[in-house]
Amino acid sequence: MSDQTTDRPMIRLVELTKTYPGRTAPAVDALSLDVPEGEIVVFVGPSGCGKTTTMKLINRLIEPTSGRILLDGEDVTHVDPDRLRRGIGYAIQQTGLFPHRTVAENIATVPKLLGWDRTRVAERVDALLHMVGLAPEEYRDLHPRQLSGGQQQRVGVARALAADPPVLLMDEPFGAIDPLTRETLQNELLRIQREIRKTIVFVTHDIDEAVKMGDRIAIFAEGGRVVQYDTPERILSEPADDFVSDFIGAGASVRRLSLTRIGDATVAEDWPTLPFSADASERAAAVAAGDHDFLLLLDDGLPVEWLPSSGGGGLPVLAPVGPDHTLYDALDTMLSNNSDVVVVTDAQGRYRGTLDLPTIQDLIHVDDAAGVPTRVSRSTSRRSGEPR
Amino acid sequence: MSATAPPPSADAPPRRGATARRTAPSPRVWGLPLLLAAVLGGLYLYVGSQDLDRIERRSLNAEYLLSRTVQHLTLSVVVVVLILAVAIPLGILLTRPRARRFAGPVLAVANIGQATPTLGLIVLFAVVFVAWDVRTIVIVAVWLYGILPVLRNTMVGLDQVDRSMIEAARGMGMTPLRVMLSVELPLAVPVMLSGIRTALVITVGTVALATFVGAGGLGDVISNGIASSRDTVLLTGSVLVAVLALAVDWLAGLVEDLLRPRGA
Repeated sequence: MSDQTTDRPMIRLVELTKTYPGRTAPAVDALSLDVPEGEIVVFVGPSGCGKTTTMKLINRLIEPTSGRILLDGEDVTHVDPDRLRRGIGYAIQQTGLFPHRTVAENIATVPKLLGWDRTRVAERVDALLHMVGLAPEEYRDLHPRQLSGGQQQRVGVARALAADPPVLLMDEPFGAIDPLTRETLQNELLRIQREIRKTIVFVTHDIDEAVKMGDRIAIFAEGGRVVQYDTPERILSEPADDFVSDFIGAGASVRRLSLTRIGDATVAEDWPTLPFSADASERAAAVAAGDHDFLLLLDDGLPVEWLPSSGGGGLPVLAPVGPDHTLYDALDTMLSNNSDVVVVTDAQGRYRGTLDLPTIQDLIHVDDAAGVPTRVSRSTSRRSGEPR
Repeated sequence: MSATAPPPSADAPPRRGATARRTAPSPRVWGLPLLLAAVLGGLYLYVGSQDLDRIERRSLNAEYLLSRTVQHLTLSVVVVVLILAVAIPLGILLTRPRARRFAGPVLAVANIGQATPTLGLIVLFAVVFVAWDVRTIVIVAVWLYGILPVLRNTMVGLDQVDRSMIEAARGMGMTPLRVMLSVELPLAVPVMLSGIRTALVITVGTVALATFVGAGGLGDVISNGIASSRDTVLLTGSVLVAVLALAVDWLAGLVEDLLRPRGA
């Protein structure tokens, strides 16, 4: 995703500090950070590390003690906060939907503040409901209490997007939602983001969510410091210090597998294959020539059957992985098929090569040798879905 | 819900409902006025069947009872308006972050107002503020008595509004005033109204004490009955005050149902 974005910072935080009255230790300490336009930047860290405070400094729900906030190049540290916030989408964990207003009225909140006329608001509401997967005619006149948690969160996202702001702040938006629905909502947000390309700051305490959602991840530590600000790949493969590797927790290797798409991975192309139309003598010859236990039969380029060299009937190719699948999916397929190899296809489903277990092990091992600790840690991040 | 809408079923994905209360008046709504009408009718028949002497007739005639009822209602309305005018803005003010520290002391004063017996207060004012009009004395004393429920419920009602919702509203660029008017107050209305309802009933009941300083009202009928040992008069006065208080409570209940935010 990052290859399609410019590197122009949409949000720029300069030496931002927040010290609450009566405290000596700052909640956010001289934080400088650029959020590039059109990217999702995830603030992640343990509770009380200042990630939510930092987010609220951006729309000045919390006023900074010192430092500057630049939005699209403009210094907004001292502009009228209400006006500033109308230009920044805001979605929170408990949705904050107004229970006494209908879904449509909730979504229309900011457009109405901006003085849009009635028909424009109505059209926008319907378009947004459609975008977040709720049929407008069925949902627009309901009240939030009549919706499920996941539906409420969809409305919350629609409301944040209502006035088409360039920047979106999301504070653990899927934190209080069951894991299955959360995954759906994450995927939907990524799908929507591919269309709308907003600059999104996303706060979570769940490292898995951070890895999944983030073009970049900022890892916060106690005292409002950012200890590492990098792409998910580099955070997982080169954690800056012990705090980061502790926070990533056990299983960084497996997690990293989910970051590499098959399309980018080394695919072996030396597996013996044979056209499906080949007759018995051709098959026997091929079996004799190779040292593999199985031959792969291709029907017009599509993988169809494994042919055992020991003789007997063929086994169907159950689940080939495509270029959009990740190494994690490949490993999962191997484990569930009780096999140590998967067939890799191109986007059209045509045979491209194979990927075997030793290759994946090598990938993990190489990175381990490069110094990635995989020790078991206290895994503070693993309790996903826990409400704050 | 339109007549063509399908009946709500348990497995329909969006949960519907909560609108029925508004459309179909239940027996609960009409039961009380019918009961009060029956009580008044019974009272009328009972008094009509009695052989009234001159003293009784001086109190038990339509003109006299009507004038005392009007006095009673006038005093009550003035008191309630004053209560609302002071307690609601004060309650809003005391829930703002900057003024919150005054909430304790102010509530303590309001508590004293309610704990003090109103009759004592009326008599005390009558002695101390000799220059005051008797109605002013009654109004101030009953006003002090009724502030607390409205003040306290306004504060409780505003405090129970979900903080995250207020923050979401602020985060979307609503000004504090707009958050107050379009989020906090509408959601506090049910709790506030129940306090107002309490104050209404208290006020209508307490205004009966106005008779002790000669400020009129239905208390006159009761004290006539006591002074002249005429039980029929005493009974009529008591029943009228009670019916009036219950009727006011019923009306307030209707308003409460009407103003309750939908969906909440």
